[in-house]
Amino acid sequence: MTVLDVRHLRKHFPLRQGLLGRTSGYVKAVDDVSFSIEAGETLSLVGESGCGKTTTSRCILRAIKPSSGEILFRTANGEKIDVASLDKKQLRPLRRQMQMIFQDPFSSLNPRMTISEIIGEPLLVNGMTGTAERNKRVADLLELVQLPSAYLNRFPHAFSGGQRQRIGIARALALNPSLIVADEPVSALDVSVQAQIVNLMLDLQDRLGLAYLFVAHDLSVVKHVSHRVAVMYVGRIVEIAPTTSLFNTPGHPYTEALLSAVPVPDPRRRAQRIVLEGDVADPSDPPSGCHFHPRCQYATDQCRTETPELREIAPGHSVRCLRAEELSLLGVPTGA
Amino acid sequence: MADPILSVRDLHTYFVADEGVVRAVDGTSFDLHSGRTLGIVGESGCGKSVTAKSILRIVERPGRIVSGQIMLRRQNGSTVDLTTLPTDGRDMRSIRGGEIGLVFQEPMSSLSAFHTIGNQLMEAIRLHTNLSKRAIREQAIELLAMVGIPRPAQRIDSYSFELSGGLRQRVMIAMALAAEPRVLIADEPTTALDVTTQAQILDLIRRLQQERDLAVMLITHDMGVIAEMADDVVVMYLGKEVEKGPVDDIFHAPRHPYTKSLLRSIPSVLAEPRSRLATITGSIPHPFARPGGCPFHPRCPDRHAVCEITVPAEVVIGENHVTACHLYNKVAA
Repeated sequence: MTVLDVRHLRKHFPLRQGLLGRTSGYVKAVDDVSFSIEAGETLSLVGESGCGKTTTSRCILRAIKPSSGEILFRTANGEKIDVASLDKKQLRPLRRQMQMIFQDPFSSLNPRMTISEIIGEPLLVNGMTGTAERNKRVADLLELVQLPSAYLNRFPHAFSGGQRQRIGIARALALNPSLIVADEPVSALDVSVQAQIVNLMLDLQDRLGLAYLFVAHDLSVVKHVSHRVAVMYVGRIVEIAPTTSLFNTPGHPYTEALLSAVPVPDPRRRAQRIVLEGDVADPSDPPSGCHFHPRCQYATDQCRTETPELREIAPGHSVRCLRAEELSLLGVPTGA
Repeated sequence: MADPILSVRDLHTYFVADEGVVRAVDGTSFDLHSGRTLGIVGESGCGKSVTAKSILRIVERPGRIVSGQIMLRRQNGSTVDLTTLPTDGRDMRSIRGGEIGLVFQEPMSSLSAFHTIGNQLMEAIRLHTNLSKRAIREQAIELLAMVGIPRPAQRIDSYSFELSGGLRQRVMIAMALAAEPRVLIADEPTTALDVTTQAQILDLIRRLQQERDLAVMLITHDMGVIAEMADDVVVMYLGKEVEKGPVDDIFHAPRHPYTKSLLRSIPSVLAEPRSRLATITGSIPHPFARPGGCPFHPRCPDRHAVCEITVPAEVVIGENHVTACHLYNKVAA
């Protein structure tokens, strides 16, 4: 059952210049992005800073309005609604069904509210006015994220980073959403705590059948949570595949370089890595042809002029590279 | 192995506040050698950054070095204990940024937005040499070229906000090396960077280390970076070093329960997709609520009664490999 179906999503930010603020160009932050997520599935969006992964997630939650494209969301009663075209009022009943988990557990909780108020607020706003009923639900939610109910009347400052992230997750789950957008949910946490939150997110997904859109830059964490992974570069998806295929047999040179740059926690595997030259392309003035060609060691003259389309090279595995079939790229095999 | 260039012996740095004393660094000892990299790894609050600040004598109030020695072998061959020098004195000022270079995590906040990178770099050179203005500028351009900044002669007049994160960190490294130090302290130098940029910066540090025979102290929370870079490793927890040894021993024969748990809990690109991670129960205690005895005992899977009462002494368990754990201390257990 498809919960979210994104088609040809675009978000172009105008660049204004001069006294009159005339539009001199556009930053194509998200440029024709399409993917779908099933119930109970995690799709990860990965890429370097500025690749458009966060802008994509903000469009889906309608924190910002996309320039064009469709965002088909399956509501609780089975309807498919294009979230991209709705206005503020029409969005309200849908918002409870798509929730967000934030990166920074320190700034995303109001320091003046108790835990029970923080988790209870979405319930109250959405009409659960009975105090007893609400308190019962809050207690259930705390249990769900494995926090003792004795914490109900404490304030956020009394909690560690990991505990705060659990509170943030409880708040996101309060209204029984079907889609959770998690933007770097564990990157601010210490390693020993990060593992607890990753496991909790896996458990909750299995129990509640949640669909996760997981936005992250850490490929190791992505490997542990994803069913499928989409790699973005300068506003476009360059590769999308099931987790194992993407890591074992990447089809795009950028994916290969990303995988090779991840430090492996084993001093006996100090591999020869592919060190990419230069920086990520400027999305307001992207290179011609394939956006990646100036940094690509396999680029040919054709790559400089011709823009590759995203096409399927194996079942469920699509790549935006002209040479996808002829290249044999290096992955990181599981367990090697 | 040759004599160390910098030796830290039983360093204690405490922060005395109204609520109590935070023992940020509580008895750390290690050596830095020319041409070698010492990795210091630990989670937040383990004291790894305060250790670096103690060496450079830039610990903020109310923190201060309570006891211990930091012996630096100076360029003229004499050895000096940095803890005895006045923090703002002439000696310390020439050591800080001169004989010991440093690179911080946040290249944006460590560079001034009001001066060009050239100005900042030339200032670093001017403070530690007696060159003419023109020679200083030439040397600054040379340094920028050395750290791999394209078109250095033009880029020298850019402001930090005109550069990407990776280029800014390269400028920071150029500044750290401006006075030709023999020791480089890098505190989370790649944490704010993307993984491809991180690979570039780690490569750069490795190359410069070989060219200049630098002693590098690399502070990070990332076990992957440690595995990639370090020759020797110190694992810290709540201000204590719990284990130290050669990098291969730390990753392939870890002895302390904290090191073992930490290694098990890190996510890896080699893992099975959708596999659960091993966890360490609980979380890092608040600095004012440090547990008695071994600081790790409330979270330790192998704890005994003695762990709650007595602080474990360091036990030698292999060549250059020591750990502070009662499991290996037959006398106490």
